Amino acid sequence: MSTQSVVKASWMDKFGGRGKLLQILIIAILILGVLPMVADIFRLNLYGKYLTYAFVAAGLVLCWGYGGILSLGQGIFFGLGGYGMAMFLKLEASSPENTAIQSTPGIPDFMDWNQLTELPWFWEPFHSFPLTILLILTVPAFFAFVIGYAMFKRRVGGVYFAIITQAIASIMTILIIGQQGYTGGINGITDLRTLMGWSIQTDFAQYVLYFACGIALILCLLAGQYILNSRYGQLLIAMRDQEDRVRFSGYDVANIKIFVFVAASVFSAIGGAFFTLQVGFMSPSFVGTVASIEMVIFCAVGGRLSLIGAAYGAFLVNLAKSSLSESFPQLWVVAMGALFIAVVMLFPRGLAGLVSDYAGPVRERLAGLFNRKPPAPKVEAPKPESARPQKRDGVSIGSAQETH
Amino acid sequence: MGTTTTAAGWRHTGTSAGLRQSLRTLAASVMMATTATAAMAAPSTEEVNTTGLAVTDDTVTVGILHSLTGTMAISETGSVQAEKLAIEQINAQGGVLGRQIKIIQEDGASDWPTFAEKSHKLLERDKVATVFGCWTSASRKAVLPVFEKDNGLLYYPTFYEGLEESHNVFYTGQEATQQILAGLNWAHEELGAKTFYLVGSDYIWPRTSMKIARKHIENVLHGKVVGEEYYPLGSTQFGSLINKIKLKKPDLVFGAVVGGSNVAWFKQLNAAGLTFKKQPMLTISVTEDEVLGIGGENVEGLYSSMKYFQSLDLPGNKEFVAAFKAKYGEDAVIGDVTESAYLGPWLWKRAVEAAGSFDVDKVVAASPGIEWNTSPHGELKVDENHHLWMRTRIGKWKADGQADVVWESDVIEPNPFPEGYQ
Repeated sequence: MSTQSVVKASWMDKFGGRGKLLQILIIAILILGVLPMVADIFRLNLYGKYLTYAFVAAGLVLCWGYGGILSLGQGIFFGLGGYGMAMFLKLEASSPENTAIQSTPGIPDFMDWNQLTELPWFWEPFHSFPLTILLILTVPAFFAFVIGYAMFKRRVGGVYFAIITQAIASIMTILIIGQQGYTGGINGITDLRTLMGWSIQTDFAQYVLYFACGIALILCLLAGQYILNSRYGQLLIAMRDQEDRVRFSGYDVANIKIFVFVAASVFSAIGGAFFTLQVGFMSPSFVGTVASIEMVIFCAVGGRLSLIGAAYGAFLVNLAKSSLSESFPQLWVVAMGALFIAVVMLFPRGLAGLVSDYAGPVRERLAGLFNRKPPAPKVEAPKPESARPQKRDGVSIGSAQETH
Repeated sequence: MGTTTTAAGWRHTGTSAGLRQSLRTLAASVMMATTATAAMAAPSTEEVNTTGLAVTDDTVTVGILHSLTGTMAISETGSVQAEKLAIEQINAQGGVLGRQIKIIQEDGASDWPTFAEKSHKLLERDKVATVFGCWTSASRKAVLPVFEKDNGLLYYPTFYEGLEESHNVFYTGQEATQQILAGLNWAHEELGAKTFYLVGSDYIWPRTSMKIARKHIENVLHGKVVGEEYYPLGSTQFGSLINKIKLKKPDLVFGAVVGGSNVAWFKQLNAAGLTFKKQPMLTISVTEDEVLGIGGENVEGLYSSMKYFQSLDLPGNKEFVAAFKAKYGEDAVIGDVTESAYLGPWLWKRAVEAAGSFDVDKVVAASPGIEWNTSPHGELKVDENHHLWMRTRIGKWKADGQADVVWESDVIEPNPFPEGYQ
């Protein structure tokens, strides 16, 4: 695409062209217009929770689908974001007046139960909201940078990277559970009620949080599209499909990987922070390996080569989970398992692949109507190359055919 | 203030529960007196339901919220069974205020946010009159803000760490002091225990319980804690711990190991030759349900401190066990928590009838002072603090998976915020 942008750079091309923007517009209308109209506040709050997973899935599209880096530890960053927000809300809920019955008023209740008598130093910054936001974004980014630097500079990749991220997720869980005086342990950080004096439990607050979450998701999708259509995005695909060639061309492959891994971690952390706000607590069960693998499934079901598809995937899988478990409290796990197997066996490129196979021709004709110039030729890897990423990360889901 | 006897074994007293009790109980007693006369003809729905709950002229809907899937399913299934049994029995007797109870069951899936999500659904969508549910403290902590926000009602069955008292929750299991203090006193007096080794799984309930145990041992019994260790949930390696116990030779090992770890823990103790004859051990986490998994031969001689054992020789318990086995098969076992879960629907029915209304605030107000002398575990009374007065018993396990009750305490007042133990 870079060759074309020299000829005539439209601002739209920076986000993948008119077609992609149209798709984002559709998802924006769905999230911000249609859902709030058809769902009551109870459902909408649930939908908001599902959307927080869409952040993670979108991040995974970047680093797994396009970067070929399968991370089984996105729960780490989801958790860091979520815990950051939870710590701020917990401190607010633990004012000396609210905690007067404790041995040490003014500290969170679980610290008091664990005989702590003063707030640990790393909780102090979370008294301030701006600092909290800053930490929610920078701590996961820094952590991802450290992991990425340590791994990618040593050329650890593929399956090894997946295993290491999974191990780190596991370590995080054990750490959080073990240090319950500092973290709330297995119960997590609970009983969060207000955000800067504003109750987050009222219906109105849940509407506001839902819309904030929806808007943030749209912005993240746009940011993702922007990254994929920038020079970095091109390098990313090139690196995924022919890492050595990119290295021999003089690029530092590790830096590209670190960048995309950090970007994915920040997406996850934003999702985590919104999760805490909408659900009202945070616990280690979102950090661990099971949660992290589930996040990869959201992405795989939606289509790991499509940011927008992954967002739909996260939403639909969770929707199915809720409605199946309501209708068949005893059988739903089996039904979910069958659903996953069906998706992976029958539609290996996920829902997005399904849509582009069947709706693609129609869409392109429509796009042709809007576009005066002929649709941009696909610059992605030609078909024979598409088998490579599968071989490398040992996962047979997806291929590189789709336009991003 | 008078005491009214309404049915066999049930009483409602206004005098007992302490200083804070005043007009509220008076109002409740008056209300109860009026409903006692009018109880036969079902009162109109507008009258008994002013807050839009799922109550019709002949039904009332309640929720059951436990894990049916995931790691906790094995523990929570017994509670679901007991709650369904109690509801069935209540319906057979004519229901509550002339209304049959309908159940909406939801799966918490051993996942705390799912518990929160499902409680939102039960309270906001289904408008259930009450919920029987939750098992772990973590799940209760997750749903608590939801119940408080929507002013719902929860009957929580598990023995737990205390340090909580909510307007919207009734705790039908023991809080920590009820289980621990009497048990330790017994071990001190009967077994002559002076040195203690504390062992638990690593989460809030064992940690809080051991904190209380340590204070009691050191300050009241003037004994000594020679070791205190916690193992992650699901841990199966107890070798080094067993060596330390062999080395320190405490008079008593006081344990709160839960879940799957129990199997490894007791089998390894046996394999290491530490029988309970040589090394006495008292636990607050082993009930009939756990013994089923561990195997009776591995716990023979172990002591448990509980309010209920299946073998209790009480008329109320015989009826309960017979009904439970008739419904769920001869092999069904009943543990302490299962019995607590069975109490929930009955206590709710009694409170609704005392209040003459399904409205949560009225039911809550009418609850303190309810007494039930023929419950499966004997006398109980609902306290102002939403916990139950109950006895603590020491059971000694036999190879067949049942326990001999070797000692029982007086009825103990619940005290979720024990002073001097914080």
